[in-house]
Amino acid sequence: MSSVTIDKAAPTRTVKLGSMSRDRKWALRWSYFFLTLFAIFSLLPPIYMLVTSLKSSAEISAATNPWWVFHPTLENYVGLLTSNQFLRFFLNSALVSIFVVTITMLISVPAAFALARMRFWGSATLATGVFLTYLIPDSLLFIPLFKVFAQFGDWTGIQLINRWYVLLFIYPTLTVPFCTWIMIGYFASIPKELDEAAIIDGASWFQTLTRIFIPVALPGLIAATIFAFTVSWAQFLYPLVFTTSTDQLVLPVGIITTLIKGDVFNWGQIMTGALLGAAPPLIIYAFLMDYYIAGLTAGATKG
Amino acid sequence: MADVALQPNTVGAAQPVRKRSGLQKALKRKSTAAFLMTLPLIILIALLVLYPAFYSLHLATLNKSMQRFVGLGNFEFLFKRDTFWLVVKQSCIFAITAVLFKALIGFIVAHFVHNIPAKGQRKWRGMLLVPWVIPPAMSTLAWLWLFDPSYSAFNYTLSFFGIGPIPWTGDADWARFSVILVNVWYGAPFFMIMYLASLKSVPEQLYEAAAIDGANWWQRIWYVTLPMMRNIIAITTLFSLIVTFANFDIVRILTAGGPLDHTHIFATWAFRIGIEGSDIPLGASVSLFMVPILAVAAIFILRDVNKRGNEA
Amino acid sequence: MADVALRKVVKRYDDVEAVRGIDLDIADHEFIVLVGPSGCGKSTTLRMIAGLEDISDGDIMIGGDVVNDVPPKDRDIAMVFQNYALYPHMTVAENMSFGLRLKHYPKAEIKARVTEAARLLDITDLIDRKPKQLSGGQRQRVAMGRAIVRNPKVFLFDEPLSNLDAKLRVQMRIEIKKVHQKVRTTTVYVTHDQVEAMTLADRVVVMNKGRIEQIGTPNELYHKPATRFVAGFIGSPAMNFIPCRLEDVGGTLQIRLTDRIAFALPPARAARYNALPRTEKLLLGIRPEHLTESHAHLGPGVESFDTVLDVTEPMGMETLVYFGLDGTPVCGRVDPNAGAKDGAPMRLAMDLNNMHLLNEATGVVI
Repeated sequence: MSSVTIDKAAPTRTVKLGSMSRDRKWALRWSYFFLTLFAIFSLLPPIYMLVTSLKSSAEISAATNPWWVFHPTLENYVGLLTSNQFLRFFLNSALVSIFVVTITMLISVPAAFALARMRFWGSATLATGVFLTYLIPDSLLFIPLFKVFAQFGDWTGIQLINRWYVLLFIYPTLTVPFCTWIMIGYFASIPKELDEAAIIDGASWFQTLTRIFIPVALPGLIAATIFAFTVSWAQFLYPLVFTTSTDQLVLPVGIITTLIKGDVFNWGQIMTGALLGAAPPLIIYAFLMDYYIAGLTAGATKG
Repeated sequence: MADVALQPNTVGAAQPVRKRSGLQKALKRKSTAAFLMTLPLIILIALLVLYPAFYSLHLATLNKSMQRFVGLGNFEFLFKRDTFWLVVKQSCIFAITAVLFKALIGFIVAHFVHNIPAKGQRKWRGMLLVPWVIPPAMSTLAWLWLFDPSYSAFNYTLSFFGIGPIPWTGDADWARFSVILVNVWYGAPFFMIMYLASLKSVPEQLYEAAAIDGANWWQRIWYVTLPMMRNIIAITTLFSLIVTFANFDIVRILTAGGPLDHTHIFATWAFRIGIEGSDIPLGASVSLFMVPILAVAAIFILRDVNKRGNEA
Repeated sequence: MADVALRKVVKRYDDVEAVRGIDLDIADHEFIVLVGPSGCGKSTTLRMIAGLEDISDGDIMIGGDVVNDVPPKDRDIAMVFQNYALYPHMTVAENMSFGLRLKHYPKAEIKARVTEAARLLDITDLIDRKPKQLSGGQRQRVAMGRAIVRNPKVFLFDEPLSNLDAKLRVQMRIEIKKVHQKVRTTTVYVTHDQVEAMTLADRVVVMNKGRIEQIGTPNELYHKPATRFVAGFIGSPAMNFIPCRLEDVGGTLQIRLTDRIAFALPPARAARYNALPRTEKLLLGIRPEHLTESHAHLGPGVESFDTVLDVTEPMGMETLVYFGLDGTPVCGRVDPNAGAKDGAPMRLAMDLNNMHLLNEATGVVI
């Protein structure tokens, strides 16, 4: 950096400095060029979703230039947003996500506080265990979990399979370990003196958590909440396995199972549905990008 | 609360002399409280993660109707099927190739973003992370439409260059390419973000010192950047390996394993057999084959994460 | 307000003894400073008084009550931490009143106490700011304010000035002393800085390796150190320790430093040391301020000698000179106009009336 500044002040001083500046200028141009390429690559599918969603079925089957809308129409949006079925998917997704976020926070924040601050027998092992659990993928557990819930129904008569709320039991297995893990990191970064000051001020453990730790670690809490929400909203395998009736489906599964009818693809509606399904996480991301990224990078670090 | 400050001399009057028993009680209280706070977490992990994990070991030893113990029969059956070996091969090709390209592209893009002036970085980073934010099931639908056999927007564009039409999901090799492409598209931003965070943590003085020592840009990457980022590269790669190996959404939606089972990976094949084919024990056996690779990756991640923790 | 007493207090971490049996009586209103190098157990002692650490053995009493098992909040103490430990999400007023609010004090009283403390500490204008918007010195004041509003029996300070720059530290030191003069609360103050200890304390407790080396007023410690550790720790530059032995020459008791240099002891000193065996290995302890330039009219007990200076450090109001006596580095303090130069010979005078004689093996001052 400094070489550039020197350079600007005395552009003809030496050949060496001049060439470095030219190198940098070219490096910058190449950077922008490749970044533009990568950005196009990244944004291609969502843009294509948008383009297609504005087309009528007739325009799509006419096979005109796929990248351009000649007769823009909102008929796909109107069609979906007035369809009770689609709104039901949306509602199911929203309910599942909101409940899962709540459950996740209620479980992981106190646990993270205990693991970060109140050393007790086995707490270190448990913290490691939480991290390992976070590495267990959904595709390893869906078959035994399905069987476990089926058996639970047989034994107790409480049928949970094919009810949207069964997902409230299952999604936390994905969200709680990660949220606990990053909250441990955030809590551990709070100086020890702060809870000692609170203890001397007369705060109980619970008050220390609610009145000191949670407000101070609020950025971490927001990051964890965003994570729990996006995971719940995007989850595809579990609802595909556990729910089948159309009134119990969440958005991703609903779009795929109902809008694709045999070999007939109503691409205008599918793309509209996909875009609407992608909207909530995208909107959250647009407004809370820094928290989103903080949560993302915190997962691979301890504290 | 008529408290201590108002009645100063009552402090400790209740237990004037001895301490040992009271101390232990206090310790017990604190650890009991801590245990209660972690109890929901422990119950969740025990009932919905550990129990099903071990239960799947049991399931894998039953026959299709789950009434008869067949020991390793399911595994013997799998070993004799060509499709199984196809799945093993495809899972490895898929995971290794995808992770490799994700890591490479992430590394390159992170450098480009790091290169440009700081005030523009936020905007670019924001755009480049979009693939990671969209639920993969939704974005894969867009890819499916881009790859559509009759209306493919890619083929439309390529036809102007006299190329194609390419059977993106129709031909076994092209289908393999397509699922990897989509996975790279989805996962590379994660690498980019991790690398970028790590690049920012390399002190600028190191590069200045290297520049004064006469290192060119390649030597700076090799001798300064890579060693400083080694740990984060390892963690990110291993982490992505697990996620990619266990991937379900992309393959399921894009090809559903086809054509002719050539793009099935463990998760999608287990789903096909266990849920769609109602052979739960066989499906469980298929999923279990993911365990060794996941376990090895997990052990290495844990080692690296702990190392990172100790360095900090 | 209360007195504090420690009775044979021990702290063990696994198999390491951090504090090895401390006895200490702190009177009501007293300002006590615990001073010592890092790892001497001073902070641990303070934290045990606060109740943040369990004690392994012994008793701690506040106001006559044993508080070994009393949780910190019920000990009626207030603590100021090195990094201030202000709650970052609360304003200054909220920080100061947090403890009172937890105890459900009436709002009017909280407000009155906070206002009073803020006035006392001159932070009334800052009352609605967040800690992030304050300078180090201001944060320190808020931390003290938080302690004052509680009106506790005992103030505990854990190296409160270590995070401040040198100039501010001097200022805050005076501030702390002023506050104590006003509120008169019993205070235990931990520091590693002997200047802070000397300037603030009614009595200083010098600690080393988990034990108390000496307890005394600042003047006692300076003029009558009990051990080599105290003698070396208090005062800057540190006291010189020069190997020496006693010898009798013609009926007078002499102290021999090197083959060339030996001084007759002043009569009072001679009488005090006469009983010592002449063979014993001894150390002469002499502060740099008692090693000055020589001049024509030396008083009784002041002896002059010639040496060659190694290095000189002009400090403005004085010049520090460094030289060797048989390989032992020695520091003296001379007048800046005495003509001290690097590598030059110089005639210095040693004031033996202010000497200390130590047993080399035990480090005890005789």
